[in-house]
Amino acid sequence: MTPTSFSPTGIRFEKIDKRFGGLYALRRVSLEIAAGECVVLAGRNGSGKTTLLRIAARLSRPSAGTVNFLNGRGERSEAPPAAGFVAHATMVYDELTAEENLLLFARLQGIAAPAACTAKLLREVGLEERRNSLVRTFSRGMRQRVAIARALLNEPAVILLDEPATGLDPQGVSWFAETLRGLRDSGRTLLMSLHGESEVSNLATRAIQLDAGAVVADTRTGANFRSILTFANA
Amino acid sequence: MALFSNTAVLLGKELRTEFRSRELLTTTVVFILTIVILFSFTFQPSGNESLRFGPGLLWLAILFAASLMLQPGFLREQNNDTLSALRLSVSDPFAIFLAKLVANTVFLLLTEMLLLPIFAVLFNVHILAVFPQLVLVFFLGSVGVAIPGTAFSAISAQARMRELLLPLLLLPLLTPVLIASTESTAGLLDAQPALQGKWLGFLAGFDVVFLTALWLFGEYLLEE
Repeated sequence: MTPTSFSPTGIRFEKIDKRFGGLYALRRVSLEIAAGECVVLAGRNGSGKTTLLRIAARLSRPSAGTVNFLNGRGERSEAPPAAGFVAHATMVYDELTAEENLLLFARLQGIAAPAACTAKLLREVGLEERRNSLVRTFSRGMRQRVAIARALLNEPAVILLDEPATGLDPQGVSWFAETLRGLRDSGRTLLMSLHGESEVSNLATRAIQLDAGAVVADTRTGANFRSILTFANA
Repeated sequence: MALFSNTAVLLGKELRTEFRSRELLTTTVVFILTIVILFSFTFQPSGNESLRFGPGLLWLAILFAASLMLQPGFLREQNNDTLSALRLSVSDPFAIFLAKLVANTVFLLLTEMLLLPIFAVLFNVHILAVFPQLVLVFFLGSVGVAIPGTAFSAISAQARMRELLLPLLLLPLLTPVLIASTESTAGLLDAQPALQGKWLGFLAGFDVVFLTALWLFGEYLLEE
């Protein structure tokens, strides 16, 4: 990825609860993710990983608690930046071309020179030659490339990834891991839930395990770190 | 200003995807023509019978067509979770509603404009002299159908029994719009055509009230 300008940004979750009816998806989750960290969330299905990521993206409101974005000095950011969000669902339109999809979201986000930005991102994700093809004609890997390009339109400092590599073939996973490595090395903060992608989880600088909506392990080194990543790969 | 520029961009997307697939328009036009043709065979449309039953049958057909047309509005956004991408991108979520509302109104009006001449021939009514007034009634009626329809489409898309939920929520609420639209249309198709101010005022009032409610509370309809 081309180096871009963004302010290093972290995330602070404070006593987050999320209830769906009487069911707790998250219970008193408090976490601070420093700017530039690459964090893997691990846990069984239903442990609260997706809910936490969607709360961080402001797609879902917590039932209690707060989420704040932090600047490079660890202070609360007054104008929280929009985070990039990549999920298993591609979040792009099958009936539009790759270029039309990116132009649509670039214009919605008020990006200056949307055509140039779109062309640059399509080049970077290797879809320049297929820019005029409808997304519904793409393979899963190509769709996910469009999804990543969409998430990077506004040059986000924080990228949230919810099982983004599920369904990709081995080449797709390798490309995806390389792309994430570039984003991590550029200083972006990555928070991702994974499901069996070892190449991707190898990028992690921190591993957090959730169980029944609560943080049960949080580590940066040691055997526990490997054990949580192994859990993510299970 | 961001609201209007976002709405314009999203409306372009709605029109482009629909005119590319023609999914909604084809289904609705075929459906509504079948209904009107079937109705025309149920009785011999003399002048009096057409005036008595015609406007009601016309708006009943439009209601059926609208309930078909409105359902996929937000349902299509669920396929690839594009609704989340839109929510992350727009500065005002009302833009999502406004674009869908305008698109739904345009699609409904297109269907109605196609239907109207066929209805006039089959039911033996004269519409040319009052065509501009009819367009006004159809416009206000279509907006009245599209506003709650778009709102309830957002609610029902997230529900399990969505196919049941939308008509269940929508049909009772649309009864006043249908009465006002039918009365206004009947007034225009009468032997002495007249634009009925009270019904038009009712339609305009309904549109303003529900549009304001959607603007105030629409954001909550999109939340998880």
